[in-house]
Amino acid sequence: MLESFFTRALIAGIGLAAVTGPLGSFIVWRRMAYFGDTMAHSAILGVALALFFSISPVVGVFVIAVVVALILAFLQRRGTLSADSLLGLLSHSALALGLVMVSLMPHVRVDLMGLLFGDILAVSVTDLAIIYGGGIAVLGVLAWLWRPLLAGTVSTEIAQAEGLSPERNTLIFTVLLAALIAIAMKLLGVLLITAMLIIPATAARRLARTPEAMALYAVLGGIAAVLMGLWASFHFNTPSGPTIVVAALGVFAVTSLVPLEWRNKELK
Amino acid sequence: MHGKKDVSAQLVRLENAGVRRDGRWLVRGVDLSLTRGEIVTLIGPNGSGKSTTVKAALGIIAPDEGRVWRAPGLKIGYVPQKIALDRSLPMTVNRLMQLTKRHPASAIANVLGRVGIPHLAGAPVQTLSGGEFQRALIARALIGKPDLLVLDEPVQGVDFSGEVALYDLIGDIRDETGCGVLLISHDLHVVMARTDTVVCLNGHVCCSGTPDMVAASGEYAALFGPRAAETLAVYRHHHDHTHLADGTVRDAAGHLHFDHHAHGPHCDHDHAEETRNHA
Repeated sequence: MLESFFTRALIAGIGLAAVTGPLGSFIVWRRMAYFGDTMAHSAILGVALALFFSISPVVGVFVIAVVVALILAFLQRRGTLSADSLLGLLSHSALALGLVMVSLMPHVRVDLMGLLFGDILAVSVTDLAIIYGGGIAVLGVLAWLWRPLLAGTVSTEIAQAEGLSPERNTLIFTVLLAALIAIAMKLLGVLLITAMLIIPATAARRLARTPEAMALYAVLGGIAAVLMGLWASFHFNTPSGPTIVVAALGVFAVTSLVPLEWRNKELK
Repeated sequence: MHGKKDVSAQLVRLENAGVRRDGRWLVRGVDLSLTRGEIVTLIGPNGSGKSTTVKAALGIIAPDEGRVWRAPGLKIGYVPQKIALDRSLPMTVNRLMQLTKRHPASAIANVLGRVGIPHLAGAPVQTLSGGEFQRALIARALIGKPDLLVLDEPVQGVDFSGEVALYDLIGDIRDETGCGVLLISHDLHVVMARTDTVVCLNGHVCCSGTPDMVAASGEYAALFGPRAAETLAVYRHHHDHTHLADGTVRDAAGHLHFDHHAHGPHCDHDHAEETRNHA
């Protein structure tokens, strides 16, 4: 069954959507879309680093994403630039710096399009093992952290006062995000990872009355986007990553048609 | 005030605590302690460091000077001054009650009933009015049965009769559970009814003591203007008959007003109207 590249792509995409749903919900609630984008862009630097030291790109991307997140946190605390400008500065610098460094690598031919937009159709069985192993680990930690992290999202002060260590939880969440980026890099590329975090979650918002329901609907919406996107990319011969994102946009468009009254009445 | 307190029953204590931001002391030299079963109310003008003091007491911000001590294992229920809930976060009142811990439906129904919003359990919090949201936040702080209940202007947006009822509720909860209550309010009239200790802040502790002592003090008059002291005095005078008549008033803190509802046959007149006139 895993011999077919298309089947492998489907399984990989479904696994990815299962993780981006809940993680993306938190990104949306915490207004971290641009933050996530910046971390994702820095992944290219991670690839360059991995090539240089001949280590696994997954490890390189993870390490660099964590480092960039820490730098961001440090600079935000110093507070000379607004968070917005700071993210804009780091996001694009990381992307450009990564591209320059990758192209400077001697003896390596890098698939630039693959880095930027991913290549889900080239997923190997080893990649599947990484996606599912890493994905289960990320979801496990997130499940354990769920209630305190959500409490800190609603109010850092309540979480702090009632002994839930919101700062530590935010740090752990950032590490989970770095792990997801490392896992998803090969499938969607640095430019489209955040799309799968943001779009299914925002599509789920209208249908959900609780945070848990929103995370679940985001998973389902993400899986629908993967199925439709892969099918469409196969039939219309379009690049798979962008087609999946377009399909996710379609899911968002459909759910925004749902009237809010329906939500209030049916799910009460 | 510190000398008489039973130290072993202390829940939280600030010793000469100060918080400094951008080279300016927000509050400095605060000595404050709160024991089990005690209601301490912080009053003071805007920017006098009330919220800062509370946050330092709770460990939300670390003091830059002095010491903050909390009883080990202290269970806290906190109602912050404001919460900015992102619209993207779906949240029902029911789910909000379980923000930090799971609770059975019966406990949720019970606490929502006590704060007067039993019908709103299933409502999305974004649809609540300011007063309803505030009640929900108070319920959320109560449901965990805290040792220390901390409320930063808990009745903002609540209408006047609701305000009286909520302060009564806070007093009742204290009586029932013996928890300590740390309260910030600028509505002196209503709050003082059941407050044991009033701490008047203005960047430092101006004065503290029983409501009577504070109301009579020169610092209080200087801070809030003679008119504030006068209205309070008038108000207290106006109600003198009540505790003379029934004699069930607990202590110096109890005889300002609203707990008269519980035991005052002389008190069937309209409080709301009076206090508005005084204000």
